[in-house]
Amino acid sequence: MEILVCVKRVPDTAENEIVVNSKGTDIERGDLVYSVNEWDNYAVEEAIQIRDKVGGSVTVVTVGDSDSEEILRREMAMGADKGILLSDNAFNGSDGKGIATILKAEIEKGKYDLILTGAQADDGAAQVGGMLAALLDIPYASLVNKIDILNDKTLKIGREIEGGNQEISEIDLPCVLSIQTGINEPRYVGIRGIRKVASVEIPVHGTKDIGIAAESVGSAGAKVKRVDYFVPPAGKGAELLEGSSDEIAEKLIELLKSKGGIK
Amino acid sequence: METALISPAKAWLLGFIPAAFFSLIIPVVGVACFTYIIAKRAAPLVRSKPDPRLDNIIDRILGMLKFAFAQYRQPRYLMAGVLHIILFAGFMILSLRSISLVMIGLSDGFVLPGLGGTTGHVYNILKDIAATAVLVACTVAIIRRGFFRPERYEVPKKYGKDHTAEAVFVLCLISTLVICDMIFEGSLAAAQIQKGLQAEFHVPGMGAWMFAIIFSSTSIPALQNIHLASYFIHNIVFFFFLCFLPMGKHFHVITSIPNVFFMKLKKGMIKPVQWGVDDDKLDGLKSFGVKKFEDFTWKNMLDFYSCADCGRCSDQCPANAVKRPLSPRFITIKCRDYSFRNYPVQGEMTPKDEHLIGTILSEDEIWSCTTCGACEAECPILIEYIDKIVDLRRGMVDEGLVPQSLQKPLKALEKRGNPWGKMEKKRADWTKTLPETCDVKLFENGDEANTLYFVDSISSYDDRMQGIAKATACILSAAGEDFGILGKDEKDSGNEIRRFGEEMLFQDIKAHNSEAILSTGAKKIITADPHAFNTLKNEYKGLPKVEHISQTITRSIKDGKIRLKPVEDPSKIYTYHDPCYLGRHNGIYEDPRQALDAIPGLNRVDMLKSRDRSFCCGGGGLMLFYEPEEEQRMGVLRVKMASNVGANVIVTACPFCLVNMEDAIKVAGLEGQMEAVDLCELIERHIDRA
Amino acid sequence: MTQQIFAYITHKNGTADDSALELIVAAKKINPGGASVTAIVCGSGPELDSVCTAMAGIYPEVWKISNPLLSYPNAEINRGVLVNVLPAGAVTLIPHDTFGMDLSPGLSIKQNVPFVSDVVGIDGIDGTSLKIIRQEFGGQVSTHVHCDISAGAVLNIRSGCFQPDNSKAAGTVVDKSGQAGDCKAKRRFVEVVAAEVGDVDITKSDVLVSVGRGIEDQENISIAQELADAIGAVVSCSRPIVDAKWLEKARQVGTSGKTVKPKVYIALGISGSFQHLGGIKGNPFMVAINKNPKAPIFQVADVGIVTNLLEFVPELTEKIKEMK
Repeated sequence: MEILVCVKRVPDTAENEIVVNSKGTDIERGDLVYSVNEWDNYAVEEAIQIRDKVGGSVTVVTVGDSDSEEILRREMAMGADKGILLSDNAFNGSDGKGIATILKAEIEKGKYDLILTGAQADDGAAQVGGMLAALLDIPYASLVNKIDILNDKTLKIGREIEGGNQEISEIDLPCVLSIQTGINEPRYVGIRGIRKVASVEIPVHGTKDIGIAAESVGSAGAKVKRVDYFVPPAGKGAELLEGSSDEIAEKLIELLKSKGGIK
Repeated sequence: METALISPAKAWLLGFIPAAFFSLIIPVVGVACFTYIIAKRAAPLVRSKPDPRLDNIIDRILGMLKFAFAQYRQPRYLMAGVLHIILFAGFMILSLRSISLVMIGLSDGFVLPGLGGTTGHVYNILKDIAATAVLVACTVAIIRRGFFRPERYEVPKKYGKDHTAEAVFVLCLISTLVICDMIFEGSLAAAQIQKGLQAEFHVPGMGAWMFAIIFSSTSIPALQNIHLASYFIHNIVFFFFLCFLPMGKHFHVITSIPNVFFMKLKKGMIKPVQWGVDDDKLDGLKSFGVKKFEDFTWKNMLDFYSCADCGRCSDQCPANAVKRPLSPRFITIKCRDYSFRNYPVQGEMTPKDEHLIGTILSEDEIWSCTTCGACEAECPILIEYIDKIVDLRRGMVDEGLVPQSLQKPLKALEKRGNPWGKMEKKRADWTKTLPETCDVKLFENGDEANTLYFVDSISSYDDRMQGIAKATACILSAAGEDFGILGKDEKDSGNEIRRFGEEMLFQDIKAHNSEAILSTGAKKIITADPHAFNTLKNEYKGLPKVEHISQTITRSIKDGKIRLKPVEDPSKIYTYHDPCYLGRHNGIYEDPRQALDAIPGLNRVDMLKSRDRSFCCGGGGLMLFYEPEEEQRMGVLRVKMASNVGANVIVTACPFCLVNMEDAIKVAGLEGQMEAVDLCELIERHIDRA
Repeated sequence: MTQQIFAYITHKNGTADDSALELIVAAKKINPGGASVTAIVCGSGPELDSVCTAMAGIYPEVWKISNPLLSYPNAEINRGVLVNVLPAGAVTLIPHDTFGMDLSPGLSIKQNVPFVSDVVGIDGIDGTSLKIIRQEFGGQVSTHVHCDISAGAVLNIRSGCFQPDNSKAAGTVVDKSGQAGDCKAKRRFVEVVAAEVGDVDITKSDVLVSVGRGIEDQENISIAQELADAIGAVVSCSRPIVDAKWLEKARQVGTSGKTVKPKVYIALGISGSFQHLGGIKGNPFMVAINKNPKAPIFQVADVGIVTNLLEFVPELTEKIKEMK
């Protein structure tokens, strides 16, 4: 099975507070470190496991600048066979549809049976997978936490839905699936693994290579634009509730109600 | 000397076969079989990885004398140890006798060179005593094995079958050997006396002497038969025993002396990925660590062969004590049995290209080890475990088999130099709340100082453990040390990164830290974290002298640079918990105790398990992130040990110990009755600044 | 503005999801003038009818699309239906739940309109440019997103962000089933596998009542359980509780336990070690109840109460029950 996995380089924000820059145009990125989006990592692991089971190849692709090559290498160290970097100044400022359009153009140059994306990213909107499928006019499922290969035309998949339940469907190939964390246990990629693929050639494709018009993507083509960043108002440290326990309880109940803490 | 009985060398069997024929054929067949078996046993070693063990010959010989011949560690388990010493000493003496006996069958009256004349008589006396002592020891051991069964010999079902039968069988063989010799001697002596000839002196009360009495009225022809029968039974059993040894745990009789000779001399240092491959050439290696059996070094395999299955390692292993899925003893036994299966004495060798993890070992088993070193400190014949565990982990890391809970901190270490992924620029934030009297220089700002205080990650970032960093800084300041810290240029020391098998990350971090440290121009490194202490001292190269803060404290007290006030609460009873990486791995047991004892009025007791038998708190570094299956926490057991000796303050000298102890006190429900404190914090509170 | 706004109603067992009440509020924010907002309800059978009836009490107009193939929501089928039914320029509001995530991105492509996901606020409209508030990085920062809705749009609305008002209507139900199309799909629903009974998944709960060592005794866990029952939450815990075997491992929050992303996190007697806090993501509204005023949890909590939880929590639970 020929599998393509779309991945993204994101700031690793787990332990570090995100600070908005003074102009509010972006977050402070100077002290941030970047890595592959967590969900995408599960998608790559899943692709590798499928390939190891039924044969084929795994290609990882990302839309980004030259820094994004690093995450392609990391995923190749994990076991992906090939990496493709889609990079062009014209891509900058793309909205979700723009990214999906770029990916679609690359995908149509090849022949893939299965396309995986992460279900979402910390700085994203959980949208590219669904858009890509619609652009390619192939079926799609989001939040996939189980994939069984029924035959070379059909998969049986599970989606994670509310209440921890799993929705089982059958889906025809080719299709796009966005992968939820927990579908597998991604293998560890050590420094040694990354060094082994350090010199593998990673093709870089721009607008001309994939045959799309520069105006259709990037900020030129975006209908959805992020105009600023700001910090949601929140006090530092806990607001301590004081008074008699009766009063405190009442205040707390009001707060809980307003935050959806009482159902 | 005229003899009453015909000796084996001159006797005829059935009237027409010279007995000497058997005397010759038995040893020849026996030695041939033994040689063949040993050659088979050597087969996997030939295919193993290199392991240079011929350096420092003097140290090795001294170690061999101490641990192998003087049986130094045996009495740590008193009953078993004393029995073993008797058996071992008896064996040493009797092996000469057995060789002589074999030769006597070929050449009547043979004596080993040097054992003639008076020496021979003295030896015979010794031999009489030894044989009887061995027989008594065997009897006691059989009774002990069969009826009292110390718990540590039990074999849980998952690890295979019980070994008691083999042990008892071998004890019976040994008993047969010594009894045969006694009968051989006793029958001759009885015959000599009956014929009024001079008999060899046998120590009264010993076995040969008793048999001489028993046979005193037996007819000469009968004695002749008994004499010959005992001789040949002895020879057959002797060679059977020799060939039986390499079949199981009694292989140690043959391998343990060389195993001790080839011991690991440098403590606190993990073996390189592959001996003979420099750190900067590691990229060229196709595979890392131990994956298949033949990835072990020959010394690792010799360890497997040498294990006597005494169970002491597992008895001391904290992971085993809290029922983690790890028992060091069975790592060895499983690997030995695997080797025996794939390299059988009879039949084809079938080396398998399969990962040991998932076949005979499990991932959880290998991650369960805290690398505390209790097993290695206990093993009477110096079998190593940590290097094997680390090599197995290297193999798993190379295959990507790393638990999810460890992947995050490893990635954070790679990106940020600390396992929590905290920002580098906040590494020195703990200095902001120091008292004004304590000034910490920052090398990153271009400050210069004589001493570098290496803080390491947990004391830099963890709110609670920052207390240790602050106390350390205050102590250094009070002791008049001119010191600074690296700040954002410091990365995790990497002690656990290496021990968790991520060698390349360790190499990167080591290179970074080494450069940062050397560029400060500091003449000395001090740290309060034993894990950092261990790796900086033993695994980094070319750094200035590294000292643990407990050494600094003791020195400063002796030099009069620090004076201590009387203990704040004289009613409390303190106990010192030896951190593994300070004690067992680096031999620092006394400095922290001396520092505590320097506080006037401080009442200190030692726990039953202390010094090199200290019981691990649960592990440091990345171990904080690993969640093993266990029935309880090591820390809880440890806190109870402190409670058992009446202590109500546990003093330790390691931030990880403190994390684990403080947690354990809460879990054990001993809050309010027990507290844990770091040595630095306690000393800092007692500094007399007046 | 003459554009029509549609609200996609999700429902189960004949009852509309609470999001139905929130979408109309969001719609009004987009169009303060108060043009009509139409509810779209897909489904089949009497359950569909009862939802439509209920919606007619809130929305001025309800479009009912009935087809047996719509009895279980399948994003691909429902997308086709919406593409067929919706007029040009429609602004469609869809709850940002697991179905909305499945449906909306593709819908926007098929309609060739912009899509904004996980909308938490609407900050007015400037001509045809809608000013939307979103969050990124687990809610650590917010962003303003401008979206040109002149040709229509698909907006996924996060639940709990638009407080329901008392919208009342005497709406009409219009049957649009005829325009639904063939309802075919390359993805076929098979079944729903329910989460194992008794196997509580704390990562799925929006509200967690989490207990730490301050609970002091195993018997006191019931105090937390009663509060959780009263507010519809799930009980989670910190590591010492698991170590003491008072609760199962599956309930542990922290770097060595589960990572949770609730909306509300009530920490009872949890000191707040970073190993514990490391398991809490998504910036929930955090309430800390602890008798130690220096407990680090107060640094990160939104609201703190310094008190003996063993006395206070039962009182609180009692009050909540009374109120209900």
